[in-house]
Amino acid sequence: MGIRFILLVNKQGQTRLAQYYEYLTLEERRALEGEIVRKCLARTEQQCSFVEHRNYKIVYRRYASLFFLVGVDNDENELAILEFIHLLVETMDRHFGNVCELDIMFHLEKAHFMLEEMVVNGCIVETSKTNILAPIQLMDRAS
Amino acid sequence: MAGGSSSSTAPAPSLVDSLFQRSLDDLIKSLRSQPAGAEPTLLSRALAEIRREIRSSDPDTKAIALQKLTYLSSLHGLDASWAAFHALELLPSPSPLHKRLAYLAASLSFHPSTTDVLPLSTHQLRKDLSPSSPPPFSSLALHLLSLSASPDLARHLAPDLLPLLSSRSSPPSPLRPKAAAAALRALSVCPDVVPHLFKPLVDCLSSPDPRVVSAAVGAFAELASSGDPSSYLPLAPEFYRLLADSRSNWILIKLLKIFARLAPLEPRLAARLVDPLCDLLRRSSAQSLVFECVRTVFSGLPDHDGAVRLAVDKVKDFLASADDPNLRYLGLRALSMLGPRHSWAVEESREAVIRSLADPDPNIRREALRLIMGMVFDSNVFEISILLVNYALKSDPIFANEILDAVLTTCGRNVYELIVDFDWYVSLLGEMARNPHCTRGEEIERQLVDIGLRVRDARPELVRVARDLLIDPALLGNPFLCRILSAAAWVSGEYVEFSRNPLELVEALLQPRTSLLPPLVRAVYIQAVFKVLVFCFNTYIDRLEISRLSSLGNSTTGGASSIIESKSTAAASCIADGTTGIESNDGIAIGDKPASLFSSIENKDPFTCESLTNMLILIETAVDPLAENDEVEVQERTRNVLGLIHMLREIPTWKTEEQGFIKDNRIGEIVNLLQSMFSEELGPVSVNAQKRVPVPEGLVLEENLANLAWTLAEDDTAPFMSISFSLRSHQHGETKDNAASSVQSTSLLAEHRKRHGLYYLPAEKDGTESNDYPRANDPLLPASQGDVSEDLVKLTDQSLIPRKVKHTKPRPVVIKLDEGDGVSTSPSTTVKESKDDLLSGAIHDVLLGKERKPSSSQKKYSDKSSRRRVKDVSDNGESVSLSKEKLDLGDREHRSSGSRRSKHRSHGKERHTSPQKNDEKEEKNHRNSTRSSHHHERHKHRQRGEALLDVAPQAPVIQDFLL
Repeated sequence: MGIRFILLVNKQGQTRLAQYYEYLTLEERRALEGEIVRKCLARTEQQCSFVEHRNYKIVYRRYASLFFLVGVDNDENELAILEFIHLLVETMDRHFGNVCELDIMFHLEKAHFMLEEMVVNGCIVETSKTNILAPIQLMDRAS
Repeated sequence: MAGGSSSSTAPAPSLVDSLFQRSLDDLIKSLRSQPAGAEPTLLSRALAEIRREIRSSDPDTKAIALQKLTYLSSLHGLDASWAAFHALELLPSPSPLHKRLAYLAASLSFHPSTTDVLPLSTHQLRKDLSPSSPPPFSSLALHLLSLSASPDLARHLAPDLLPLLSSRSSPPSPLRPKAAAAALRALSVCPDVVPHLFKPLVDCLSSPDPRVVSAAVGAFAELASSGDPSSYLPLAPEFYRLLADSRSNWILIKLLKIFARLAPLEPRLAARLVDPLCDLLRRSSAQSLVFECVRTVFSGLPDHDGAVRLAVDKVKDFLASADDPNLRYLGLRALSMLGPRHSWAVEESREAVIRSLADPDPNIRREALRLIMGMVFDSNVFEISILLVNYALKSDPIFANEILDAVLTTCGRNVYELIVDFDWYVSLLGEMARNPHCTRGEEIERQLVDIGLRVRDARPELVRVARDLLIDPALLGNPFLCRILSAAAWVSGEYVEFSRNPLELVEALLQPRTSLLPPLVRAVYIQAVFKVLVFCFNTYIDRLEISRLSSLGNSTTGGASSIIESKSTAAASCIADGTTGIESNDGIAIGDKPASLFSSIENKDPFTCESLTNMLILIETAVDPLAENDEVEVQERTRNVLGLIHMLREIPTWKTEEQGFIKDNRIGEIVNLLQSMFSEELGPVSVNAQKRVPVPEGLVLEENLANLAWTLAEDDTAPFMSISFSLRSHQHGETKDNAASSVQSTSLLAEHRKRHGLYYLPAEKDGTESNDYPRANDPLLPASQGDVSEDLVKLTDQSLIPRKVKHTKPRPVVIKLDEGDGVSTSPSTTVKESKDDLLSGAIHDVLLGKERKPSSSQKKYSDKSSRRRVKDVSDNGESVSLSKEKLDLGDREHRSSGSRRSKHRSHGKERHTSPQKNDEKEEKNHRNSTRSSHHHERHKHRQRGEALLDVAPQAPVIQDFLL
């Protein structure tokens, strides 16, 4: 699978969303998140967005106070993943309107549903913002 | 309400719980407003709450409890596996909200290995997947299936995936892309479903909907990268068509990933790819696509020079992008994919690569380093290593050590295969040790000793380097260097015959700051002193002998020289030669010494009666306090030395009258005896040496030792750590007994202090002020980044390209042991999982069955028998893995029988018959070249697999419609 996990982490290193596409135990997840956060958050704007960690490659980008970290296989295309991150942020932006950390905290399920529309089994299956948001808007209207 | 419940202490009764249940928002708010450190209590209270609520019969209460649990487990790492059944309970809920919550909880926490209730979800999943249920429900089910499917679940639900995946259902399901991704999961966990799902997945490639194509291509990219890509060669025309038609960068990138796997398997395909790839490289504006093209060219089409040329030009653009570190990083990575064949590409970007060593981003620096180390050959190892080691002086500590690591690993690779000039390399090791950031003492120690053992010709230089290290008092305070100093001490003791000035060595080994060393290193120091002492006396006596004999007359000289050990003759003459040169050499040395410490002995023949007496006094004074040392190694060695000194003292004649000394030859006997103990040369020891020792008959190693437990329980002395190179074999049994109680000669000590005042610190301060000496190499003041890269670029005149260098001297002999000595670090071959074999075997069947059905002999595999066929394949898969196991066993057995193999080694030609002998061949290849042996093993492995899998069609034949 291309994408192994997607993490949203704030500046303080607190996880705000975690979606794993391969199974890790809770301890492994905690350790992994701790190590990655330590590695990535210390980096500056002048440094590149790719970090090697164990057998993963972490592609990350910072938007305001949130870090979007995506763990991928080693032969995944880093730049395409950066584009994917941007697409994810734009999608959230369109839905929440100027998305911020609190939006994701209080609407964690919605964030997960957006991801589910975009990524299945680590493969990117949808890249149109309208298509991604359609089921969620349907859901909002129903409730 | 929320605030009240979060601050309440007593747990509320269950009814109140469901009436006044905290929502997820309440929980999040209370977590946010918590004071620091209160999180654990808050979480455990929330968890207790959830545990009560989730058992409620009211679905709303249950759903909210599950929602809270999902949040806490996903973001705060709480275990949610206990609630798996509750999630299952909510899956069939008619309320979309509850259903979504249940599916989310399940997909975030279910996994076959931990969720034992997973099979219970089969029915509900089937229901939700059915075409009659609303698409949002099916979507949820697909998602759960794609994340948590067990082989059983995949097998049972594969038929239900079919309507979602198939193009025949009208209208095609909107969930087809998701179904394709879920089918990928089913295929990878359960190859049995290939006959059901593979063909519909292939059909997705020709769908008019780009989303479907994208998902299918993604799935194939995944399949091709995880299993045997050759199974997908028959699909190459389809992929090729998509490459020409598709306009989506996402699809193109995935297609390129597939082709990067397929191109090396089929040269005709590679040739056909050149044009479209070059076209994409030229016209695409998306950097991601350009980079993927570059990567595909470098990894898949390295033989097509035009394409490589174009890709290298793009990489240069990447490297030149000053404002985008991402592109610079990727540019370096891309270059490192090119093999040594295309080192011209690195050469062209040399300046950019070397400049990257000073990049502000450590990841880019590391890539640059990796790239440069990939370009090291025996012809340029000299320039590159010097460049890097010098640069390490200026860079930050972490990167400096990475550089040292890289240089050490590369130069030490495969028993120093790159090194021709060992004198140079040994002095480079010395320089590395002096790097103020150096923390790689262990590896440098290992290599110093190893070179001493293996390369006879390097020993004089080794001793020189060791002397320089030992004599520098500043190095003693650095705890990272003590391992190197230990090696230096050992080297100078073991190869003292190459030393220009052994007396100076003794002084260096006994300088007061050695008290800063750990006890085990001190023990090595003292043992080295012992060896030097014995050597000096031996040389002195030999010389007296020579002079006596020559004075007796020329006629007897021939006979006399045979008396003397040839080794000491050589050494003596070496020293005799040295003494003439020593004056000038010492003149230079004084410059970097703190002061002229050796005024009493320099510029003189070191082997005079007076200098030897002084040495004895020095040794005795310095070593005497250590006789009571707590560390037994130090104590024992000290007593050895003291014992020898006392023995020499008891024979007074040599001090007064030289000739009498010869007549009273007791001292000569003692010294000769000791010298002969050290004269036997130590060599490297094979890693398998122990295994070669035959187990004596009647020795039962695996006997139950339980009845010895009581013995062990009584004996509670801890075993002593042994130092890394054992000196035990050199210990002299007799001297220990002779070690009499030492005489405190305070006057001598005072004299010594007076003479070497500079070395002596106030005794009471010794332990505490460990770093009062200036550091050997003061780290450069943080210069501006620009300066550093300026410096670096100056160095870029040196080429990275391997040049033809005429070596002024031939490479010295490096002792190598057989069977993988030095290549033991080679990674083990990756053995594919049998599941992959199963999967690709099954796919082979489907694809080739499909294409060959009309003509070939495969006709008998009609669709009816497909199930049986899959079973056959899986049986064969088992036997493949069995045979693999056998291979492994054979290998292991083989490794443990080194002696037998070494006997066989000369019979090169008869190795192809038995598996045992095949293994031998493999092992031999291992020795010769790691890479080629890998290849060989993998190749053979595949051959075996195919031989057994002869039910499956042989290597696929690509139809010519590609061409």
